[in-house]
Amino acid sequence: MVAVEGVWKYFGDFPALRDVSLNVSRGACLALLGRNGAGKTTLLRILAGFSKPAKGTVTIAGAAPRDLSARARVGYIGHGIAVWDELSAEENLRVFATLYGVDRAQIPVWLERVGLLRVREGLAREFSRGMRQRLAIARAFLHQPELLVLDEPFTSLDDRAIALLQSLLREARERGACVVMSTHQLREALELASDVVLLKNGRVAHSGERTEEMLKDPAWLYARYGEG
Amino acid sequence: MNSFGAAVAIARKDLRSELRSKEATNAAVSFALVILLILSVAFEPTGDETHAIAGGLLWIVFAFSGTLILNRTFARELQNDALEALIAAPIPGWALFLGKATSSLVMMLVVEVVSLPIFAIFYDVSLVWTLVPVLLLGTWALVVVGVAFSALTVNVQLREVMLPLLIYPTLVPALIASMILTGNLLDGQAFAGDNLTWLRLLVGFDIIYTALAVGLIDIVLVG
Repeated sequence: MVAVEGVWKYFGDFPALRDVSLNVSRGACLALLGRNGAGKTTLLRILAGFSKPAKGTVTIAGAAPRDLSARARVGYIGHGIAVWDELSAEENLRVFATLYGVDRAQIPVWLERVGLLRVREGLAREFSRGMRQRLAIARAFLHQPELLVLDEPFTSLDDRAIALLQSLLREARERGACVVMSTHQLREALELASDVVLLKNGRVAHSGERTEEMLKDPAWLYARYGEG
Repeated sequence: MNSFGAAVAIARKDLRSELRSKEATNAAVSFALVILLILSVAFEPTGDETHAIAGGLLWIVFAFSGTLILNRTFARELQNDALEALIAAPIPGWALFLGKATSSLVMMLVVEVVSLPIFAIFYDVSLVWTLVPVLLLGTWALVVVGVAFSALTVNVQLREVMLPLLIYPTLVPALIASMILTGNLLDGQAFAGDNLTWLRLLVGFDIIYTALAVGLIDIVLVG
């Protein structure tokens, strides 16, 4: 589903990604680990189509990330919630339904799913932090993406939103979608992950399946590669 | 997925947000009215010279107040990183540009509709219907250049300063054509002779810059 081959990305002269290669198959969940500045967000932004690699190729279901067909398959949650404060919850989802060609009948279904149906006409700016985060989750899942690109998805989420996101990610994988997520919350990530990639100074330091050893000690991988 | 539908959805989203916050149009309307008032005090409203430069004064007001709207075109998407959601959406760059340009055009026309009667009173001029195509073409020139540079400067820290520095030099041909045409039409002239040449220049400017903006917007936003 996702193929990254020999990707380099520079910021000025500094190589943020150095010859990164990885593959993610359908139904897999890849936890992208690494310290701050390791290149996780840079790689995720390339997958989501926000920037282009200097060298190397990235394909999503055979298409470049900026192709419309690839973008239609991707759901992205980044550092911001990416909803409009002056629109209601329903209006926000209506805009995304139009952009992704989703049937509007799905809007109340997703509002119900994230617990916002009762306040669907309330403006996003009037919502609590947790409600806004759940609206962002509904926005990302509305078009049933085949690839979920999640940058620190659990950071600053409340307990309810974390449980909701985890259950939606499990469901998405069951229907064949794949997930690529970066996180510092190792336990939550490793519980969901089927594969793990550790980035160190822009290079892939470790790539492989998630093991029981990692579950027992989430920091094990960092310690092994001198990142502890 | 219908790309025109996406453009309409983006324009409606922007206009709905603006209708609720009024952050750009309130500032632009207030600014336009204050400038019109100040200039009317500076120049003798009934003087022949004032009538001669009225077209120029009007477009200076539109260009300056329009910048307040154009500055917000993409900057409003920075809140909550909503720009990422638009860039990630499966819509062509031109649909995003068209949506943004349409909403900016509507906001700028609102400022003009409010300003024009005040202008007519302060400067003692009679408005004529032949001004409508000039207003539309001149405003579209402001919008198309402004929205393109708004996208270019969206991540620049001093974008409020950068945008006017970039758009005014680019807009010189369109502003000159709009100013001369407006002055001549307010003077009772028809679309003929030199006026037709200025009108063609304005149409040509709009076509060229619309094509450039539509073609380059994806590169501007993503690289």
